[in-house]
Amino acid sequence: MIKRQRHWVLFLLVTFIAMVLLAACGGGDSEETSGGTNSEDTGSDTSGEAVELSMLVSETAMDDPGFVAVLDAIEKDLNIKTNVEVRPGGPEGENVVKTRLATGDMADLLLFNSGSLLMALNPSQYFVDLGEEPFMDNVMDSYKEVVSSDDQVFGIPAKSSQVGAWLYNKKVYQELGLEVPRTWDELMANNEKIKEAGKTAVITTYGEAWTSQLPILADFYNVQAEVANFADDYTNGEAKFANTPEAQRGFERIQEIYENGYQNEDYTVATYDQGMQMIAEGTGAHYPMLTQVLPIIEENYPDLVDDIGVFPQPSDDASTNGLTTWMPDAIMINKEAENVDAAKKWLDYFISDKGIAAYESKAKSIGPYVLKDVELPEDSYAAVEEMQVYFEEGNIAPALEFVSPIKGPNLPQICTSVGSGTMTAAEAAAMYDDDVEKQAKQLGLDWD
Amino acid sequence: MNKNMNNMYPYFFLIPAILIYGTFFLVPTALSFFYSFTWWTLTDWEFIGFDNFIQFFQEPSLRIGFRNTLVFAFTTMGGKVILGLALAVFLTSKIRNKDLLRSIVFFPALLSTIAVGYTFSSMMHPTKGVINTILSFIGITGPNWLGNPDIALLSVAMTDIWKGVGIATVIFIAGLMAIPTHYYEALKIDGGSALQAFWHITLPLSRPAMNTVIILALIGGLRTFDLVWAMTGGGPGFSTDLLASIVYKQYAAGFFGLSTAGNVLLFLFVALVAFPIFKFINRKEVDL
Repeated sequence: MIKRQRHWVLFLLVTFIAMVLLAACGGGDSEETSGGTNSEDTGSDTSGEAVELSMLVSETAMDDPGFVAVLDAIEKDLNIKTNVEVRPGGPEGENVVKTRLATGDMADLLLFNSGSLLMALNPSQYFVDLGEEPFMDNVMDSYKEVVSSDDQVFGIPAKSSQVGAWLYNKKVYQELGLEVPRTWDELMANNEKIKEAGKTAVITTYGEAWTSQLPILADFYNVQAEVANFADDYTNGEAKFANTPEAQRGFERIQEIYENGYQNEDYTVATYDQGMQMIAEGTGAHYPMLTQVLPIIEENYPDLVDDIGVFPQPSDDASTNGLTTWMPDAIMINKEAENVDAAKKWLDYFISDKGIAAYESKAKSIGPYVLKDVELPEDSYAAVEEMQVYFEEGNIAPALEFVSPIKGPNLPQICTSVGSGTMTAAEAAAMYDDDVEKQAKQLGLDWD
Repeated sequence: MNKNMNNMYPYFFLIPAILIYGTFFLVPTALSFFYSFTWWTLTDWEFIGFDNFIQFFQEPSLRIGFRNTLVFAFTTMGGKVILGLALAVFLTSKIRNKDLLRSIVFFPALLSTIAVGYTFSSMMHPTKGVINTILSFIGITGPNWLGNPDIALLSVAMTDIWKGVGIATVIFIAGLMAIPTHYYEALKIDGGSALQAFWHITLPLSRPAMNTVIILALIGGLRTFDLVWAMTGGGPGFSTDLLASIVYKQYAAGFFGLSTAGNVLLFLFVALVAFPIFKFINRKEVDL
């Protein structure tokens, strides 16, 4: 009898453990965070007619206090509550979006990339055309281009534009008596001096592979300057990285940085956060990156953010010097949304003066806005002010992924291979061309 | 009820199982064979014959993927068999706190693979990780475990062995306990040593357990994905890509037909490696 009891206890214990384990495994997938509503319950939603909209955003969006502030303002002023669901970033997140679109399980609003990644979703099938909406008049045409297909316009900008460029630490530059380089050779000479001074010349964070692409993506202004029709020919399958020396130069630059030993010791595993810390504290002098890091740096190192400056990726010719810009992510309305009217009001508010004011009450922009008549505030980041000059003089070009619908999915891995010495620039260019061809096939482009 | 019906009767009990197995296993398997021949966007598809397979075989990282998959599967299998057997022999010998030690050995098997992956990747950080910090105390400069393309895969394999050896040990313990003690007694009377006992009795008679461990570890290793993904994401570059991670990356890129074709190939590959080995080792099994 005692033995039998023991069996029962054991059975219950095993069942219990199994259930705890199952519960622990299942928890992580679909966390739902309400858009900051717990922090600010203003009591204005007492009318009882509150509308609720669901929204799918990437994990980094909720780190932006400005974005959260706009959601709060929308709830307060329009009585529309936004129920935010967070998805992972990168390819994993794209996958979530694609699967949910295909299975008809998309939220009412979607925050997603503009440009090539949006085109890969086949937007006309899933999103409401906003072309006729009056609020779209505020959006600059250059932005509409990257959220349009089949003569329809699908999204509003989720924040300001930004650039992909070289962030540098001004204190290090002062200390070593360096000047902002105008050519690639000058940059490499600076790197040599920084290395001799015992600091990391080029911060490299392959622990998060996507960060490896910046030296090639930010080189597109230079490619465009020399091969004006590259983007079109590339989209039509005529121009390739391997047979366009100007384009292949981006891979070569990564290779040169590696071969000269300018990277931090732990570059193969260092993370994005570690990169930000290094550039802020000046243990590293350069970080090729998107200016989206500025608000995060400000949050973590508020006293150091204005030590960071920015310059374009230099070309081989001093007369070619301009910034490669990134268009902001877009917010789209799902065609299947129950309350499309409320969603339109939501978008209208988001890019209205009130929406911008709410955003700027909590965060600063990372570049000029793509909305008409919106000026940068006076207390912008030092780096953004440096960027402004290039914008005013018109020395800017959108990144390749905004002028062509194709971007090969393996680019991060290819760049890390070149940057860690296991692949040459020429091999990388050839491999990336194959990768791009696969993407073109999937998009149904006729390349043969 | 005629005789025929009577014979059929027991089979009715199989219906629920067949329904479940059919819906959740057979139908998806058949569908994936079908979709591997299509250009597929999840909503519509177009039949394109063997294009996906041709494309998959042109995948530039595929050679690395095949090699890595085999290296990973055989390394982890070897590690689990050797360590598992050693631990099992130790844990069935006359030692104190046997139960506690057995629990400790089994503990890693209970952990979530992703959690293990993240923990180990932080422990293996070249300058700040625990492992290299300890090594530096005794004057050794530890390698860049996950950042060096030459050893990254082995670092992941080591972690997989750590995590999987508990199961192997439990299977071996069960196998060792089933060996009748009179064989050992006979050997003792004849004056045999402990080494002889292990070599002539334990090793051959734990064969059934060993075969189970080999097959389980091998199949597990061939289709490993989660641990590699958590620790290296297939990198640096493509150096730790396994077949499963290549398939995953294609799926994530939206090449659904192509990645399904990859999955079908992975299925065939696992079958091609596992079945002959299964047959081979089973022939060598002896009766107790």
